[in-house]
Amino acid sequence: MQSPVANPVVEFRNVAYRIGDTQVLSGVDLQVQLGETLVLLGRSGSGKTTTLKLVNRLLSPTAGEVRVRGVPNASGDVIRLRRSIGYVIQDIGLFPHFTVERNISLVPKIVGWPEERIRARVRELLQLTGLAPDMASRYPHQLSGGQQQRVGVARALAADPEILLMDEPFGALDPLTRDDLQREFLSLQQRLRKTVVFVTHDLREALRLGSRIALMEAGRLVTVLTPREFLRSTDPWASAYVRAFGDGLESAVNRGTS
Amino acid sequence: MSFFRFILQNQRQVLELTLEHLWLVGLSTLLAALIGIPLGILISHRTRLDKAVLAGANIIQTIPSLALFGFLLPVPWLGERADRLAILALTLYALLPIIRNTYTGIRGVDPAVVEAGRGMGLTESQLLFQVELPLAVSVILSGVRVAVVISVGLATIAAAIGAGGLGEFIFRGLAMVDDSVILAGAIPAAILALGADLALGWLERRWRAR
Repeated sequence: MQSPVANPVVEFRNVAYRIGDTQVLSGVDLQVQLGETLVLLGRSGSGKTTTLKLVNRLLSPTAGEVRVRGVPNASGDVIRLRRSIGYVIQDIGLFPHFTVERNISLVPKIVGWPEERIRARVRELLQLTGLAPDMASRYPHQLSGGQQQRVGVARALAADPEILLMDEPFGALDPLTRDDLQREFLSLQQRLRKTVVFVTHDLREALRLGSRIALMEAGRLVTVLTPREFLRSTDPWASAYVRAFGDGLESAVNRGTS
Repeated sequence: MSFFRFILQNQRQVLELTLEHLWLVGLSTLLAALIGIPLGILISHRTRLDKAVLAGANIIQTIPSLALFGFLLPVPWLGERADRLAILALTLYALLPIIRNTYTGIRGVDPAVVEAGRGMGLTESQLLFQVELPLAVSVILSGVRVAVVISVGLATIAAAIGAGGLGEFIFRGLAMVDDSVILAGAIPAAILALGADLALGWLERRWRAR
């Protein structure tokens, strides 16, 4: 593990989560540093999504605590917490009855930004996420899957949160579109330097996008490694993952950050 | 035809009874919507209550209408005026389609949309009024529509306890064994039902298109 630098933006302290008799997570200790992309990697049911949802309190831990910007996230106002954290999910979840513009501007509007600033922000975000300006007046069902998820990302960035939670955001897209969005995510991240927690089961995506990779298995955090370390790791779970994905992984490694 | 002659000769009364009928149906549907929509919203969020509430509304629906009017007759304040009683009974009958459609409509909203909304920091009431209700409104309206159509038919029976409405002609016609008098009640009632169905159907489609 890396030595903790400065103050982590998101920190898990011995966190456990249980539903009834099922122990979904146990003993998770994790620190996410300012401006890094921490990838939670693991198979289905390993607890990645649960871990992510503990950050913005869509779920609450049954033991331990999650700190955001140094403060236990259970202590403050949950609504304010969520508005300060962008959230992107695999199923996108755009509001089907709102135009793209209204989808993006919902939170800024709710927190009372002036009309002119909102409009400028929408224009900026459309450009940032590679969408044409005339998309603003379209409805979600008129967009392709890739375009919809761009809007999803734009919406998450709307109120300029420092932290971004992404739950397999590119998982449902075709390989070419996924490749585009991954590339754009990297260049976006170069510029914005958000603190990102990114869930995926795709090692290639993890290596490409992650500053560090937190490998999860059966509700436990196995290890946290940089992409390069991950490829050379002798940890049985990590090397099992590397073997399953086969050759050519070196070329995928994130050179942008870390 | 004697039916048309009857209508023409009794224009005033036909109009009066039609308006009375509309009043019975309109007020009871409004009350049912005021109770049923919030209740439907409540049970779509507190799903522990849903079975009990829907079962209750279902049971009311199975009580024969004539029997329900009869049961309510001895109730103090209600029994004094037949129209009060009729409106209460009609309200009870209209609850089921309204509660059920509100519940179904809200439960039917894509969970990803709700999760995204909650995750980005909408409060529960913002989620309800900006996301869930707008997306469920056409389903809710179709419940109201079913309730209105049922009520128009049921309200004719209210005449049996003297609450007025187009049922007066039907019961009078039955007593007189005169088809044209029965039709003078039945046909305007059918037209009301069809008209309400068309109007609310149009509204429902308009909402869905948005």
